[in-house]
Amino acid sequence: MSTVTSGSPPSDAQLVARCRAGDDDAWRVLVERFSRYVYAIVVQAFRFREHDAEDVYQDVFIRMYERLDQLREDDAVRPWLAQLTRRVCLDRLRAGARIELADDEMPYVETEDALDRIDEAVAVHELLATLPEHCREILDRFFARDESYRTIGEALELPPGTIASRISRCLAKLREELEGRSDVGQPSGEQVMR
Amino acid sequence: MTEINEERLAELLRALPPAPEAWLRAAQELAPARRTLDEIVTRAEADARFRQALLADLESALAAEGYEPPPGVVDALRERLRSA
Repeated sequence: MSTVTSGSPPSDAQLVARCRAGDDDAWRVLVERFSRYVYAIVVQAFRFREHDAEDVYQDVFIRMYERLDQLREDDAVRPWLAQLTRRVCLDRLRAGARIELADDEMPYVETEDALDRIDEAVAVHELLATLPEHCREILDRFFARDESYRTIGEALELPPGTIASRISRCLAKLREELEGRSDVGQPSGEQVMR
Repeated sequence: MTEINEERLAELLRALPPAPEAWLRAAQELAPARRTLDEIVTRAEADARFRQALLADLESALAAEGYEPPPGVVDALRERLRSA
């Protein structure tokens, strides 16, 4: 069954409702929407290496799928998922290091800082999503995907000289957008730029 | 929002790279895979002959019934059949 259609992207709450109804396409969209967030928490905040990181990443989505019915507010997916991801990471740390940790105890001070930074990054990426397509794509390719000018040029059929200037213009545009908003990035009601 | 210059913006854009494509795809296929798994387990609980066939040779029994689940589902199924 599939109910995800083109047009404006469905809200988190709509996707959750469709997932509960057995819509596999909605699940795929939901996973894609939160994939980077989970990945960043696992790899940057908790610093799991690749093999463990992959297990933890998959485990987060398995638990998410199994527990979607327990989500109390369908539009508050991100904070719920953040908590779920932290719990899976801590479980993995406990299992690996045989250490005793309370559920809300962070193993490293820098983990908390990293989580703050990830939340800021999410807010910036959500703002990025409001920019025109040519800006979204080039900024994401260059910064988040770490693609070279050459790779970007080939993919977007742009001469290398144009890429640098477009990145610069788009970054400036993103900054202008950011300065125009004080409540940036709060689709799930929890993202606050610090 | 305060003190966000373009250098900081660039840093925050870099802070959210995509997960490896294979990880994303595997997570996206989780829902249909789980549904297949549940379907097979439910059938095995109701059909003793099917259950015996699964226990004897899981991969062959699945193929004979037209199931083509990914490796992760086969492993999970084996685990559930053992613990049942």
